[in-house]
Amino acid sequence: MDAMSTAMEWYLPVIWALLLAVAIAMYVVLDGFDLGIGILFPFAKDEREKDQMMNSVAPFWDGNETWLILGGGGLLVAFPLAYSIVMPALYLPVIFMLLALVFRGVAFEFRWVADTSRFLWNAAFTGGSTLAAFFQGVLLGGFVQGIKVEGNAFAGGPLDWATPFALLCGLGVVCGYALLGAVWLVMKTEGQTAVRARAHAQFLLPAMLVFMGIVSLWTPIAFPRIAERWFVAPNLFYLAPVPLVTLALAYGVWRWLAKGHEYLPFFGVIGLFLLGYVGIGISIFPYLVPPSLTVWETAAAPASQIFMLIGAVFILPLILGYVAFVYWIFRGKVRAGEGYH
Amino acid sequence: MDIDPLLLARIQFAFTVSFHIIFPSFTIGLAAYIATLEVLWITTGADRYHRIARFFTKIFAVSFAMGVVSGIVLSYQFGTNWSRFSHVVGNVVGPLIGYEVLTAFFLEATFLGIMLFGWNRVPKGLHVFASIAVAVGTSLSAFWILSANSWMQTPAGYELRDGIAFPTDWITAIFNPSFPYRFAHMVTACYLTTAIVVLAVGARYLVAGRFPEESRTMMRMAIGLIAIFAPIQALIGDQHGLNTLEYQPAKIAAVEAHWGGEPTDAKTGIPLILFAIPNEAEERNDWQIAIPRLGSLILTHSLDGTFKGLKEFAPNERPPVAIPFFAFRIMVGLGLLMIAIGWLGTFLLWRRSLFHAEWFLRPVQYVWPIGFITILSGWFVTEVGRQPWIATGILRTADAASPVTGWAIAVSLTLFVLVYGIVFSMGIYYINRLIVKGPQGAALEPPHEELPPSRPLAAAGEATRDAIVRPGE
Repeated sequence: MDAMSTAMEWYLPVIWALLLAVAIAMYVVLDGFDLGIGILFPFAKDEREKDQMMNSVAPFWDGNETWLILGGGGLLVAFPLAYSIVMPALYLPVIFMLLALVFRGVAFEFRWVADTSRFLWNAAFTGGSTLAAFFQGVLLGGFVQGIKVEGNAFAGGPLDWATPFALLCGLGVVCGYALLGAVWLVMKTEGQTAVRARAHAQFLLPAMLVFMGIVSLWTPIAFPRIAERWFVAPNLFYLAPVPLVTLALAYGVWRWLAKGHEYLPFFGVIGLFLLGYVGIGISIFPYLVPPSLTVWETAAAPASQIFMLIGAVFILPLILGYVAFVYWIFRGKVRAGEGYH
Repeated sequence: MDIDPLLLARIQFAFTVSFHIIFPSFTIGLAAYIATLEVLWITTGADRYHRIARFFTKIFAVSFAMGVVSGIVLSYQFGTNWSRFSHVVGNVVGPLIGYEVLTAFFLEATFLGIMLFGWNRVPKGLHVFASIAVAVGTSLSAFWILSANSWMQTPAGYELRDGIAFPTDWITAIFNPSFPYRFAHMVTACYLTTAIVVLAVGARYLVAGRFPEESRTMMRMAIGLIAIFAPIQALIGDQHGLNTLEYQPAKIAAVEAHWGGEPTDAKTGIPLILFAIPNEAEERNDWQIAIPRLGSLILTHSLDGTFKGLKEFAPNERPPVAIPFFAFRIMVGLGLLMIAIGWLGTFLLWRRSLFHAEWFLRPVQYVWPIGFITILSGWFVTEVGRQPWIATGILRTADAASPVTGWAIAVSLTLFVLVYGIVFSMGIYYINRLIVKGPQGAALEPPHEELPPSRPLAAAGEATRDAIVRPGE
């Protein structure tokens, strides 16, 4: 009995950390492409192209954003202590991100009803999407670089997060989301919009690789704990495939874009995102509040984690099923003039 | 400059949650209404139900978007501003919120895509299914959120170890003592709020002589719902009050501005105070107007029953008095107004004069906000009345805040007020614009019933214009 409850106390937080990682990855990929549409919005030639771009994500954005709630809610559910330390530590970037999401969320609906003020909602859509992406990157950077903790509470200042590294991560995420948005448009639109999106993707892909490269060099240099994770035998050999596969896949996406493929670039870029994500996971695990608190130290009571896990095991497949169903319903290229407006 | 971070955090939460609750209140009711319309449409084949459903779907989309974005803000504020709360009760409250996201939020947000954009892409039956899924999702969402809130009011199914709450019995925690009452009260409130809006929109069209067929259907459905649910709501509210008296007596004492401690209470019963200015410093009411014994009758269902007064609680156990006291009176007053509207409307409907009764229609077109004001008042009663606790008996609000400096909260609060101010006023403006545009697709057909005699030409002209301006829609 004792051995079993000890095993449970070891496995449950790990399972939850993985589940949470999946939820956040879903969010990054799904909301990534629709935030990317917002970032690319000003480059559209006219209002018709903007309509086309927005219509390509309009049926999905509500659902996509729900993964963000699952990410925040999941952290509260499974690791309340981590939630209660990370959120105050990253107070301002979290609030800025939420406010940016408010603007770009309502822009989806207001833009169609607006008449003379449409340009304002175009600006809100672009500004909101770009800032939300930027602050998500800042949050990532602020999290990776570590949080000052004393007595199970955040003990730093309100601007601790504002480092060159975090700001660089912010720019990197803007660039990455724009790339995801561009390859989404390559897949979902036709005509000039798709041609332009392909050109954008060909510019953004190398740019994102540069950002990934800088972060990959910066983190082990600046944070010895991350260098130890990657550059110590035998980890070096186990982990070497991650950057190698990333480079190979990036080359593949480059070729697919050049050859005119419509679907492969999108899924290739998702793969790049996931690889980068796995890389960050390797650097961080098992810390949930780096560099001091692990998933085990911040876990909720086993009773709470189990209660929620039962629900998640049954309901998440159902959710994935109907999310896939809705994407299937709206498959193919965006049809002109479609919508409820 | 010295800013009290606790006060700022409380203002910020009150502001963001009050703003947020307006939209779910409306979309919970509206989703059920749209689903009902679509079911009527496929079972009766009458196209007017389809046109009304499509019309309200547009308004739903705008409201839902505002609900989603303001809701995400809340799910993060538990951590950003109330991190001690998250740490102390996260084991219990966290899963309730988690289940809301899993069972409800994904359902509504995902099927919303089909509901809004699927009209021409999926079969009728699937569209109706999507609308029902959205309606079910919004109600499930209310279930979990109200369970979490009720647990904060009347915690159950937990034990405290080193000051942290641990769950012991989930069923008891979910169905905690105040939850059934609060859930019934809130869902009914959402339906009433939506019905009031539908009623006002219908009245507005009738007065303007526009969309006669749609507006009559809207008004009939709304009047029927209000006439039945408004009085039921009064009964639910009464039961909810008795439950609060049992578990949160200090809240009731504040709501009634009942200071107590008089030796004569048991003989004279407790009056119902209609109006007063509660004077917390001197522990009495100024300018009091009261009806003898009615307070006893309402809360103990007997003429000389008594309940605890504020003086019987230590000062640091008392909630503020003025806000629950006044908010409660606004809520009840508007509830009575809804009953009056529902019953008067039914009477006019029965006399077949509702659609001509301009003296009724003209004021009714402006009643749309009263449901929202009623709901906000009710929440002010229950949330302020819970003070000084954030989770009754477990954690005080003053001990629940995050270690965030005052100026950072001042920045965020300022931004919230600015952004929500802009978004909210634009949202109302755009919803009004959608209402002005009205349901689309009505053919130029003579209305089935007589038009209000004073404006037949206006109505015909309007219908003709709609048909000419928007052919084929």
